Amino acid sequence: MRSVSGTIDINFLKEKARAIRIEVLKMLTEAGSGHTGGSLSAADIVTALYFYKMRHNPENPKWNERDRFILSKGHAAPLLYAALAMTGYFDISMLKTLRKMGSPLQGHPCSRTLLGVEISTGSLGQGLSVANGIAIGLKMDNLNSRVYCLLGDGEIQEGQVWEAAMTSAHYRLDNLCAIVDMNGLQIDGPVSHVKAIEPVAAKWNAFGWHVIDIDGHDMKTIIDTLDEAETVKEKPTVILARTVKGKGVSFFEGKVEYHGIAPTHEELERALKELGG
Amino acid sequence: MSLKIATRDAYGEALLELGKRRKDVVVLDADLSGSTKTGKFAKAFPERFYNIGISEQDMIGTASGLSLTGKLPFASTFAVFETGRAWEQIRQTVCYSNLNVKLVATHSGITVGEDGASHQATEDVALMRVLPNMTIIVPSDGNETRQVINAIADYYGPVYVRLGRVKVPMVMPDEYQFKIGKAFTFHTGSNVNIIAMGIMVSTALEAADILKDEGIDAGVINISTVKPLDTETLLNIAKACRLIVTAEEHSTIGGLGSAVCEFLSENHPIQICRIGIRDAFGCSGKPEELLKLYCLTADDIVRTIKEALT
Repeated sequence: MRSVSGTIDINFLKEKARAIRIEVLKMLTEAGSGHTGGSLSAADIVTALYFYKMRHNPENPKWNERDRFILSKGHAAPLLYAALAMTGYFDISMLKTLRKMGSPLQGHPCSRTLLGVEISTGSLGQGLSVANGIAIGLKMDNLNSRVYCLLGDGEIQEGQVWEAAMTSAHYRLDNLCAIVDMNGLQIDGPVSHVKAIEPVAAKWNAFGWHVIDIDGHDMKTIIDTLDEAETVKEKPTVILARTVKGKGVSFFEGKVEYHGIAPTHEELERALKELGG
Repeated sequence: MSLKIATRDAYGEALLELGKRRKDVVVLDADLSGSTKTGKFAKAFPERFYNIGISEQDMIGTASGLSLTGKLPFASTFAVFETGRAWEQIRQTVCYSNLNVKLVATHSGITVGEDGASHQATEDVALMRVLPNMTIIVPSDGNETRQVINAIADYYGPVYVRLGRVKVPMVMPDEYQFKIGKAFTFHTGSNVNIIAMGIMVSTALEAADILKDEGIDAGVINISTVKPLDTETLLNIAKACRLIVTAEEHSTIGGLGSAVCEFLSENHPIQICRIGIRDAFGCSGKPEELLKLYCLTADDIVRTIKEALT
């Protein structure tokens, strides 16, 4: 269990987020392909989940009472892999095998090949439904475990997300917390240009969710919000995390081109300098 | 063959019995529980029934999540919506992750009748056959359906069960025991064998009777598991006759006929005629009228065999 008890060391979490970003960049460069921007934008959120909020046990990945994390935006696989490796699910050296033939670290998460991945994702819009099913199952078993589901902001253009959002509210799944990584960009350009999703908060609110709109890079805010979500009863909570795509590396930040390409070796060197790696 | 029962009715009863026996059974439906007959389970076990509303994709995902917590989910709706509307959810979430989700769909084929093509799944088996890890079962009657539901509850992995709307005769013998992947041979024919699934099993038996009177010895095989195919039985039959006829209330593209052709063309080439829907949509009408219109009657099987043998 990695939950930090007593006083929360924000600096510890910030340091972990920095280290996760470094691992993400290294493995993407080694792989030569993959999704850089959306892995970096959600790095602080995923750090807060794996190093602070979630009850989980890397020694026993199938522990019945664990909290579950569903990466609905499966293209941020490098971020999930870095979090799993750094919390001890597997040796960190395995990150080098990302996207290579025979590796358990598939281009998008595969639950059959890697323990710690709850469900295979990659085709967008499907994770929240799965999270609902898990949340219902946990309630049936009277377990207090919680379910966290990370979605992309472009991803919520998928209709299934809203089918699922209705289900979560209808069944009052207060053990479920969705987090939308609002980095504002999708492959073809700004989300607002491709197909506008705003007003996002009003949409989730209208679907019966408790909505919290936050700065998705402020670690103190993130952990306070995750704690708040746990106190909300009778309805699911969604955290709209306003983030910057490519966050942490100045020349990737806000650049749509880095949605789906990996850093070059030269870019990695510059990026590591910025991150102090 | 006097007693008639719809396979969906048998499903409703089997599910109820299974629910009494196993507390891990959870049932999901997409606003069609009255028609799919999951309503019986819902009434008996409301705390284990989840109506997901008219959102089949979400239903498949929710069933997947439930399976991840160790539940045994049965997700039901009409075949066209289950396999068509939610196909990619079945591919990505259920099959790719190899989850223990049971997809039991009703209202398959043209015998849906008056509702017309929008509600008549004639390509569902084809859609499911291409998915790795998927098992496909098409029961022929109520008795077999009951056994299928119990068998798949004891089997780990994704399963698609194809059921119908209309009442069909009980064709399987009392002593019959269903086993996943095992075909049932009523009788092996020396000249020709009819390999049928679902409601076409009773039609095939009827055709064999007609042919017998005309001096043609036609065998009938109920191949209720379409995937994985009972290749051993198929091979033995193919080696012992000169013609095989497949019969399905489904498109001749991608279904049972295709599966049999694919296997035998590689392992024991023999003449094969496929009875089925010839690359067409269904339409409104009474089930028996539609079976005639789409050439799915015993007479159609008889004519096909006689033409092929001359």
